Amino acid sequence: MNLTQFRLEKDADGIALLTWDAPGKSMNLIDATMMSELEAALDATTADAEVKGVVIASGKDSFSGGADLTMLEASGRAFRDAAKRDGADKAMLAFFAAISNLSRIYRRIETCGKPWAAAINGTCLGGGFELALACHHRVMADDDKTRVGLPEIKIGLFPGAGGTTRVSRLMPTPDALQMLLKGDQIKPAAAKAKNLVHALAPRAEIVQKAKDWIKAGGKGVAPWDVQGWKAPSGKIFSPGGMMIWPPANAIYRRETFDNYPAARAILQSVYDGLQLPMDLALRVEARWFTKIIRSPEAQAMIRTLFVSMGELNKGARRPRNVPPVAIEKIGVLGAGFMGAGIAYVSALAGIEVVLIDRDQESADKGKGHADKLLSTAVAKGRSTEAKKAEVLARIAPTADYSALKGVDLIVEAVFEDRAVKAEAIGKALAVVGPDAIFASNTSTLPITSLAENWPKPENFVGVHFFSPVDKMLLVETILGARTGDRALATALDFIRAIKKTPIVVNDSRGFFANRCVLNYIREGHLMFMEGVPAAMIENVARMAGMPVGPLSLNDEVALDLGWKILQAAKKDLGPEAVDPAQEKLLEEMVVKLGRFGRKNGKGFYDYPASGPKVLWPGLADLQPRKLDPDSLDVAELKQRLLVTQAVEAARTVEDGVVVDPREADVGSIIGFGFAPFTGGALSYIDFMGTKAFVALCDKLAAKYGPRFAPPALLRDMAAKGETFYGRFSAKKDAA
Amino acid sequence: MTEAFIYDAVRTPRGRGKPDGALHEVSTLGLAVSALTSLRERSLPDPSVVEDVILGCVDPVGEAGGNIGRAAALAAGYGDKVPGLQINRFCASGLDAVNFAAAQVISGQQHVAVAGGVEAMSRLGIGASGGAWPVDPSIAVPSYFMPQGVSADLIATKYGFSREACDAYAVESQKRAARAWDEGRFNKSIAPVKDCNGIALLDRDEHMRPSADMQSLGALKPSFQMMGEQGGFDAVAIQAHPEIERVNHVHHAGNSSGVVDGASAVLIGNKDAAAMLGCKPRGKIRAFANIGSEPALMLTGPVDVTHKLFARSGLSFKDIDLIEINEAFAAVVLRYLQAFDLDPEKVNPNGGAIAMGHPLGATGAMILGAALDELERTDKTLALVTLCIGAGMGTATVIERV
Repeated sequence: MNLTQFRLEKDADGIALLTWDAPGKSMNLIDATMMSELEAALDATTADAEVKGVVIASGKDSFSGGADLTMLEASGRAFRDAAKRDGADKAMLAFFAAISNLSRIYRRIETCGKPWAAAINGTCLGGGFELALACHHRVMADDDKTRVGLPEIKIGLFPGAGGTTRVSRLMPTPDALQMLLKGDQIKPAAAKAKNLVHALAPRAEIVQKAKDWIKAGGKGVAPWDVQGWKAPSGKIFSPGGMMIWPPANAIYRRETFDNYPAARAILQSVYDGLQLPMDLALRVEARWFTKIIRSPEAQAMIRTLFVSMGELNKGARRPRNVPPVAIEKIGVLGAGFMGAGIAYVSALAGIEVVLIDRDQESADKGKGHADKLLSTAVAKGRSTEAKKAEVLARIAPTADYSALKGVDLIVEAVFEDRAVKAEAIGKALAVVGPDAIFASNTSTLPITSLAENWPKPENFVGVHFFSPVDKMLLVETILGARTGDRALATALDFIRAIKKTPIVVNDSRGFFANRCVLNYIREGHLMFMEGVPAAMIENVARMAGMPVGPLSLNDEVALDLGWKILQAAKKDLGPEAVDPAQEKLLEEMVVKLGRFGRKNGKGFYDYPASGPKVLWPGLADLQPRKLDPDSLDVAELKQRLLVTQAVEAARTVEDGVVVDPREADVGSIIGFGFAPFTGGALSYIDFMGTKAFVALCDKLAAKYGPRFAPPALLRDMAAKGETFYGRFSAKKDAA
Repeated sequence: MTEAFIYDAVRTPRGRGKPDGALHEVSTLGLAVSALTSLRERSLPDPSVVEDVILGCVDPVGEAGGNIGRAAALAAGYGDKVPGLQINRFCASGLDAVNFAAAQVISGQQHVAVAGGVEAMSRLGIGASGGAWPVDPSIAVPSYFMPQGVSADLIATKYGFSREACDAYAVESQKRAARAWDEGRFNKSIAPVKDCNGIALLDRDEHMRPSADMQSLGALKPSFQMMGEQGGFDAVAIQAHPEIERVNHVHHAGNSSGVVDGASAVLIGNKDAAAMLGCKPRGKIRAFANIGSEPALMLTGPVDVTHKLFARSGLSFKDIDLIEINEAFAAVVLRYLQAFDLDPEKVNPNGGAIAMGHPLGATGAMILGAALDELERTDKTLALVTLCIGAGMGTATVIERV
């Protein structure tokens, strides 16, 4: 037996220690080699009469991160090739067998007759935790760095190597469904309380504790393989089951809008599995896993939320010719909501911050924002007073620009006004000089023109943060016409340091994100003016996969801002640049009624002092006509809200604003919540098929206006049968 | 075509569906036997002429399981040769049993059949038979399953029926039921349930609250709000009908049908059966229909099935003198009135299930009998009987007095 990923050692007590330690990698991942070696080790230890039991442990800091997703991707490709070669039926059977293989091996461990114990340290997730779950005993290191969990749902998958079945047999059904559907990582004490592990021990002792359990006579039989075993929540068809399942199905729909096939597969696997013997339950789980892995949702989510996001976080667009920039101290100009947020996340990441505003009081107020967030974290037990004090000590609020001396980067976040920005830029310039890197946080002003205030525009770059800064992961990094590599690299190193995800776009009105978002809001406005009930617009948007409806979103970003943007667009681009129906609505709301949104407590919604916001009852009077909701095509309403964003994303590619489809996809999901199950605004097009998308655009344009007209790029791609990832993948490494 | 006639119809009084209800001590079988025995004593000098006993039952488990139709026929002394059948179309089962019997007669395959239903809700509760629909994700999710009360609240929200409108309807139902009882309008059909000594256990519907008024109903808390909000069902309702911002929970115990025990039996036969039974037919089955309707609203099937029935039979509301629609929830009736712009005086003139209760499987045949009695009392001709049904269905039957 030749093991490369494992070491197998027998001790004097006849206990085999199987140490998983994949060579040349920082993390153990499940791949084809791992599976065949694990099975070989299983066969060897089972056959060896001297072996009483097996302890499986990791030779690394962590137990395992789960399956190698590139293997899953490859298996999907292999299936499609085989289907072409051998026909769909034969290929499907082979694919099912391949996908079931890990679950089969785990079940063999569970039923081999000898006790297996897992010693869990560090991260133990996905297929790694499923391996532990197949063992008869689990000892978990009781420290801050150790976590177990089944996070597959977050990338459109679900635990398909027995995890779904075993968790639903270990815990009461509501707890099991919650764990599987949320995919949270679980700390040691909670894992013990939830019955996921049997014992906690200091990290150095977990292997010994696992051995002790075997020595003490631990049995190699899973609870569900013992005659008379009963599920923790009893039978499904029982009064208890009737209290659990109907709400579980409803809450599933409430949380997912039935857009996530993997979540549905979890429900179905648990429902079916609990009514079957273990082996059949595992088979049903594997059948669903085989289906889900082929789903476009899983493929799209894995690509965008795992692969692409990982690549962007590692600096996919960072110029390689610039050595890493250590960001130890930054200056933040403007202590308003955005500036204060940037100061907070920077200080949290260990960076010293000089926080400047026009007077000391304003600057102090900005620091107060960090104080408030940290105090909340302390109150919720997520931080400590000591940590809070340490972070706050890093923020130095002042009105004195000379404090900027020696900073590694300046981030400007003053009011969105050219004159105000120019003044702040000038004051900073006087202290740090033109060789310093200056990053401007703007959502509307072109970077190229702002850079004219900096004598060396190659050192000037845009960083568009999203609000609230402490929650939003995306930073849109904007290249002005003359932004240089050092400025970009510095900005990206800063973004990485504060644990945000960057996308890099070229300068244009609205950059990338806001162009899409403004279209989304406009579509909501226009639906309203067509006579679609306001509640229907909001609900249909969320059913389409958006986190908030367009009217809610407009209330959040402020209606008067929307009105100003419209007026600016009219002034700069001409009257045909704005839709008269939208203008009429905003004029009515903002100018005549003074309804600005959440900020003044009245927008499309009213915001009562207690209780949830409610749509303003006067809205219906603003509609020129009203449509019968039963006559409306919900599917088309959903499409309009996504297509208006996706077609704009395609235009940003055509305009050269976005050069890499990964960035549009990642940016659209983490920046403005574009339906995650689609994989993002461009994946939405790719998975629909460019041709079908163009046809849909043409249909919508004919019905609702030229705002849906597909750009020439899309027509060209459709004619050539291209996708964004196919056409633009060559540019991946260009930067 | 052979025609199906109604020769007789009986029902038990409805007992309160709780352990302190007057019929709680009577089993499902006992209730069914009570109705079948009354029918036999009144109209079946030779019960062996009956070629089938079809009983609707919605929770046919335990004592109600295993074909209650055959068990009840045997126990009621119909003789070994009379077969039995139990059917389940949820709340319309009793009416579907009548239609089923009529269809057998119309097809020429039977001369005489008994149809009815039974439900001992105080003993078995609601939902005792389980079923995949609310539970199995593969049907619960795509069919937007929600408890019927939440669907009823959704109907009220979508079609604009306020709490006050629903309560006012309930008060009217109580008034009409009380008047009907006081004037003896149910006497023809009511057959008291008796013990082994012949002592009557119940001779009048027990669930009624004639004193109910807007004030007393106004004090009741909505029954389905917590379920809707915490069980996730309001969100399901909104996804099915996204024009709704939030569900207005208007229904409560006072404007929803009562949970009760009861049984019913209707004697159906062809023209020749008159000679075999020694009596004249009282009515005729003119037409009937079933339909599936939007499952989230669930309880609007009567509207859809009425359209279908009229389209096929050539009838219209101009021809119909009387309408009996099961008062599962106030909003069900209000929607029906709204959809067809009906005169409320023609609908449920003697009250309905809000006042007297809804013994699920038995109700359809009960309200068919009530419609026949009312046609006779008022010297009218055509009545339409319809019920809303779980999972989104509707059944309707038009009967004609002869």
